Amino acid sequence: MAQIGLFDIVGPIMVGPSSSHTAGAVRLGLAARRILGSEVQRAQIELHGSFAATYWGHRTDVALVAGLLGMGMDDERIPEALELAAASGLEYTFAAADLGDVHPNSVRLQVEGSAGSITLCGSSIGGGRINIFELNGFEVSLDGTYSVLLTRHRDAPGVIAEVTKVLAVHGINIAFLNVSRKARGFEALLVAQTDDPIPDLAVEHVRRVSQVLAVRTLPCF
Amino acid sequence: MQITSARELMELCAERQQNLAEVVAAYAAFRSSTTVEAVRERMRDSLAVMRASVERGRSDGGHLSRLISGYGRLFAQAEQEGRLLGGPLFKKSLLYSLSVSQCNASLGRIVACPTAGSCGVVPGALLAAAEELESSDEAIIDALLVMGGVGVVSASQGPISGAEGGCQAECGVASAMAAGAVVYLAGGSPEQVFAAASLALQSHLGLVCDPVASLVEVPCVTRNASSAAVALAAANMALAGIPCVVPYDEVVGAMKAIGRALPESLRETSMGGLAATPTGRRLAREMREKYRL
Repeated sequence: MAQIGLFDIVGPIMVGPSSSHTAGAVRLGLAARRILGSEVQRAQIELHGSFAATYWGHRTDVALVAGLLGMGMDDERIPEALELAAASGLEYTFAAADLGDVHPNSVRLQVEGSAGSITLCGSSIGGGRINIFELNGFEVSLDGTYSVLLTRHRDAPGVIAEVTKVLAVHGINIAFLNVSRKARGFEALLVAQTDDPIPDLAVEHVRRVSQVLAVRTLPCF
Repeated sequence: MQITSARELMELCAERQQNLAEVVAAYAAFRSSTTVEAVRERMRDSLAVMRASVERGRSDGGHLSRLISGYGRLFAQAEQEGRLLGGPLFKKSLLYSLSVSQCNASLGRIVACPTAGSCGVVPGALLAAAEELESSDEAIIDALLVMGGVGVVSASQGPISGAEGGCQAECGVASAMAAGAVVYLAGGSPEQVFAAASLALQSHLGLVCDPVASLVEVPCVTRNASSAAVALAAANMALAGIPCVVPYDEVVGAMKAIGRALPESLRETSMGGLAATPTGRRLAREMREKYRL
């Protein structure tokens, strides 16, 4: 049985009107900005299911833009997000889209900043909680409550063992580990969600593991 | 340490020789690897936001809500002019819950409790009761911990979203949480806390989620106030020693089963109930035309 926390029930502290359609949407936008790692300059926002049907009542559109601007779900400037986006030069487009057999409150965000661009798909699963289920085309499952290590590597024997060994040496406990690949022997993605923050030195050591192409950490969001 | 049912929570109280508030705080501290003091501080922040949302909602003109406007302000004005019935506890509970829910509909800051759609119930009943009892903030924080404990055992055994269980899972659970908190604040026993929670949820069984035009406004805002009143009624009955007969855990089980039996049209899809009335459909059409991008 899932363990329910006290502040899962009393909270979140948020700007209304809906924890799933407003607060969760702010967090999805903020997750995209945090993962991008810089200010968002352009965003393509595709709304799926209930998000597409009811965004205008729950201000899901406003909430997503607020998150892209870096606001948290309790930020009282959320209602003015579209005006603030115009003032800060954030360009965005909205469209309805069918993302397939996913949670009804889902969105695809393609965001671009000075440091590059990312695409993520995420769902607002209730009470302000979110789940990022796709990142740059790879299947993931991230809720933003853990530190995350991501590696892009070649699908080969021993890579995962080496990467997790580095985490072990640094005393970092892995809470969840997920590995996916596009095809055997091609590019693969490792996602380790950890109880402890991941120091730069550990990232540097992971980078030196043979067959690892790229490494990065994600902050909580 | 785990809390997944009212029975388990009451057993923990007996085992640890602690009251409900202490056990819930210890559970929360254990679960997030923090201290009881830090848990209480976080609850103090929630209390401050609840009070601020009452203040904002009672003066809000409602220019950001879509269908309704200024329900808290209307009620406050009527009270000032002496046009309302009942004593201070009853009137304040309605005023506070209407205000918090109006604040939510107007894109103000609130504490979801357990959800945003039901955020007015607990502050309505609990803050009104706290004024009548002249409770200290520490006592209110204890009651909020107990309220959260009732919520934790509810969510461990049943739905707390309208999409899964209908409004009984939102305003119903909120009313149970509020009733338990009020009984605790008034000095009731752990058994009376859960009797009150049980009685409050019993009065909400079968309640559907049918918001007009997919907005958290009609009937949500006024229903929050009604659920706060039910919480106070349940609290008084439990304090009088009236038994709930069916224990809280079993009432949550019944609520879950009823939620499963509800058709999708009555679970937050705005396809049935009030949303499907001629007025509901007309308003939905008007709102869509006015606000869609």
